Amino acid sequence: MSSVNRETPPHGGRAGMKKDLPERFRDYRHVWVFIELERGEVHPVSFELLGEGRKLADKLGVELAGVVLGPTGEASWQAVAQAFAYGADLAYIVESPLLVDYRNEPFTKAMTDLVNSYKPEILLLGATMRGRDLAGSVATTLLTGLTADCTQLDVDPDGSLAATRPTFGGSLLCTIYTLNCRPQMATVRPRVMPLPQREEKPVGRVIQYKLSMLEDEIVTKVLAFLPDTQSVKANLAFADVVVAGGLGLGGAENLQVVTKLARTLGAEYGCSRPLVQKGWMPAERQIGQTGKTIRPKLYIAAGISGAIQHRVGVESADLIVAVNTDPNAPIFDFAHIGITTDAIRFLPALTEAFTRRLSPHSRDKLAS
Amino acid sequence: MHIIVCIKQVPDSAQIRVHPVTNTIMRQGVPTIINPYDLFALEAALSLRDIVGGEVTVLTMGPPMAEDALRKALTYGADRAVLLTDRFFAGSDTLATSFALSQAICKIAEAFGPPDMVFTGKQTIDGDTAQVGPGIAKRLGLLQLTYVAKIASLNLDAHEITVERRAEGGMQMLKTKFPCLITMLEGTNEIRRGSLDDALRAARSQIVKWSAADAGIEDLSKCGLRGSPTVVKRVFAPASRAVKAVQIDTADKLLRDLADELIAAIFARRPALEHELAFEGA
Ligand SMILES: Cc1cc2nc3c(=O)[nH]c(=O)nc-3n(C[C@H](O)[C@H](O)[C@H](O)COP(=O)(O)OP(=O)(O)OC[C@H]3O[C@@H](n4cnc5c(N)ncnc54)[C@H](O)[C@@H]3O)c2cc1C
Ligand SMILES: Cc1cc2nc3c(=O)[nH]c(=O)nc-3n(C[C@H](O)[C@H](O)[C@H](O)COP(=O)(O)OP(=O)(O)OC[C@H]3O[C@@H](n4cnc5c(N)ncnc54)[C@H](O)[C@@H]3O)c2cc1C
Repeated sequence: MSSVNRETPPHGGRAGMKKDLPERFRDYRHVWVFIELERGEVHPVSFELLGEGRKLADKLGVELAGVVLGPTGEASWQAVAQAFAYGADLAYIVESPLLVDYRNEPFTKAMTDLVNSYKPEILLLGATMRGRDLAGSVATTLLTGLTADCTQLDVDPDGSLAATRPTFGGSLLCTIYTLNCRPQMATVRPRVMPLPQREEKPVGRVIQYKLSMLEDEIVTKVLAFLPDTQSVKANLAFADVVVAGGLGLGGAENLQVVTKLARTLGAEYGCSRPLVQKGWMPAERQIGQTGKTIRPKLYIAAGISGAIQHRVGVESADLIVAVNTDPNAPIFDFAHIGITTDAIRFLPALTEAFTRRLSPHSRDKLAS
Repeated sequence: MHIIVCIKQVPDSAQIRVHPVTNTIMRQGVPTIINPYDLFALEAALSLRDIVGGEVTVLTMGPPMAEDALRKALTYGADRAVLLTDRFFAGSDTLATSFALSQAICKIAEAFGPPDMVFTGKQTIDGDTAQVGPGIAKRLGLLQLTYVAKIASLNLDAHEITVERRAEGGMQMLKTKFPCLITMLEGTNEIRRGSLDDALRAARSQIVKWSAADAGIEDLSKCGLRGSPTVVKRVFAPASRAVKAVQIDTADKLLRDLADELIAAIFARRPALEHELAFEGA
């Protein structure tokens, strides 16, 4: 309902209003990144956010902090060390047995208490299920603005966060500001930002904070965690090479041209959305706005038209190769190399050619 | 059991077009639908009601024409529909939206009985933030269960609910108490067709329409643009890449040669790839 007004703010509406930060927010300073610790490992989106946070902090001339909420002991301190390695100047750590598994109640409490005590001006979280669950609660508790799924973060000359995000299924971008509240909060989806260089550094300043909550106060209990089976865990988001098929392949029986090429390249395979809707491939293989965002070194798209919703999920690939029978297909607008031909016939030939080129025999030749 | 389901009317995004010159959205004639994610919430609520008994109230905040979405929800079998509509709500961001909706839920509780559960969709297809569900939960002090794939069990006497919640790398089995707020994961059920009776009832039903004042909202500064900390400054279409794809000439060539040519073009641009692929490939 609101969107009509949002696109064309009424004259003299808030979009034209001068930013006028209330007194109580004036001492909010520094950039924070929520370090997502899950089952002993840090979610890579946290490192990607530290990379972005570093740039924002440098522009603002402030510090970058990693916020670790986790179980007491080793794993949480490992996460702190990693935050430093990926660019943090300092870290906040809340260690508690209540923070072993993610639950909304203790995590929201820990994060909001930290914010109220140490007052950051910017707080970034991954747009993972955990990050979105937490961000929505924290922003509402603090009554501040939260911009979802940003693809670009920057600071204006006046120091405010300019958060750009796609909307309407990715067909448009908009830049959003949080005017008169602090912290300015934003989430970013995994793989949207590049992974920064890791640099071994000694652990710097760490601020330890105590969670003022008891297990008895938490209503929600985790009964079990059922890890996904391997087949569900398509590692698309992190694959170096991805081969994907679209409706142009004509039928489920032709998908093997994609999977065979993927196998030859040690790649992951994926698809456009209609293939999931037709039941030709499982949902976790879908690439695009409502599927996975990928950042491979090489992306080969066969029989995919290149709709905007698909495009936003693949655009950060280093090299995009498109195979399509239609020379005017939109995918050729953003692919780097195009080949106008029938993918069903061409992909097997390509698989064979790669096999020839990459076989140990030809590798020896290459070495000599 | 009284269940409230929040639904949003959205433009059918598959049909949105962007004006090629002005880069604005061309809304004229774009049909509206119930946000597809909300249908999973609605079906989950209806099935729960069918099992344990009770009522399902659907709630939307939107312009007067959002009534269409509510009527549609009634045809699926919802018992009651409430439309929260007022010009003071225009321009709401998620914080202002969750405020208005939570106030309306309090009013529904007063008028029709307190809810045992509130359902929302995972996210919408237009705003696409997934923030309104957690926002409502926090404002009403309800326990929050997001990305719920399945309601595993319900203990009405103890007010206990167990759910499977999708999480990174697996499913969490969570036990909590209701009243609670559930955001339903997509693909977890299929909306029913709705009976002829429901269709007839929907056509006759009176939809409850509340203004901000009707819903008992006194503090209008928490509504609409004024109550929204975020402001959209610019809306624009993504820049198109200046250079189009370099096309490999396919005329009169054998597939085999074409394939070799493509591989050469790939490695010419990314020399490091050749070694990596040779190493990774089977
Ligand atoms: C809210 C929303 C979210 C969406 N999210 C996603 C998403 O996450 N991911 C996604 O992919 N889509 C998404 N979509 C759908 C998207 O708009 C497109 O409909 C979809 O990407 C098209 O899939 P396709 O390219 O496989 O099919 P088509 O658009 O039908 O394209 C098929 C292409 O194959 C070519 N072709 C035909 N025969 C051959 C052949 N023998 N060899 C080679 N080429 C051939 C044709 O020229 C054509 O270009 C979303 C849509 C909406 C509304
Ligand atoms: C281009 C654009 C970008 C935007 N970006 C942001 C942003 O980054 N941050 C921000 O705070 N706001 C943003 N908004 C505003 C936001 O879209 C509105 O506040 C909207 O009313 C609710 O957000 P949503 O559509 O994202 O809903 P979600 O939070 O994605 O919706 C989750 C669920 O809440 C329920 N729900 C949502 N809206 C209603 C409603 N009106 N009535 C009943 N139930 C509802 C539905 O069950 C839905 O499935 C943006 C709006 C536009 C047009």
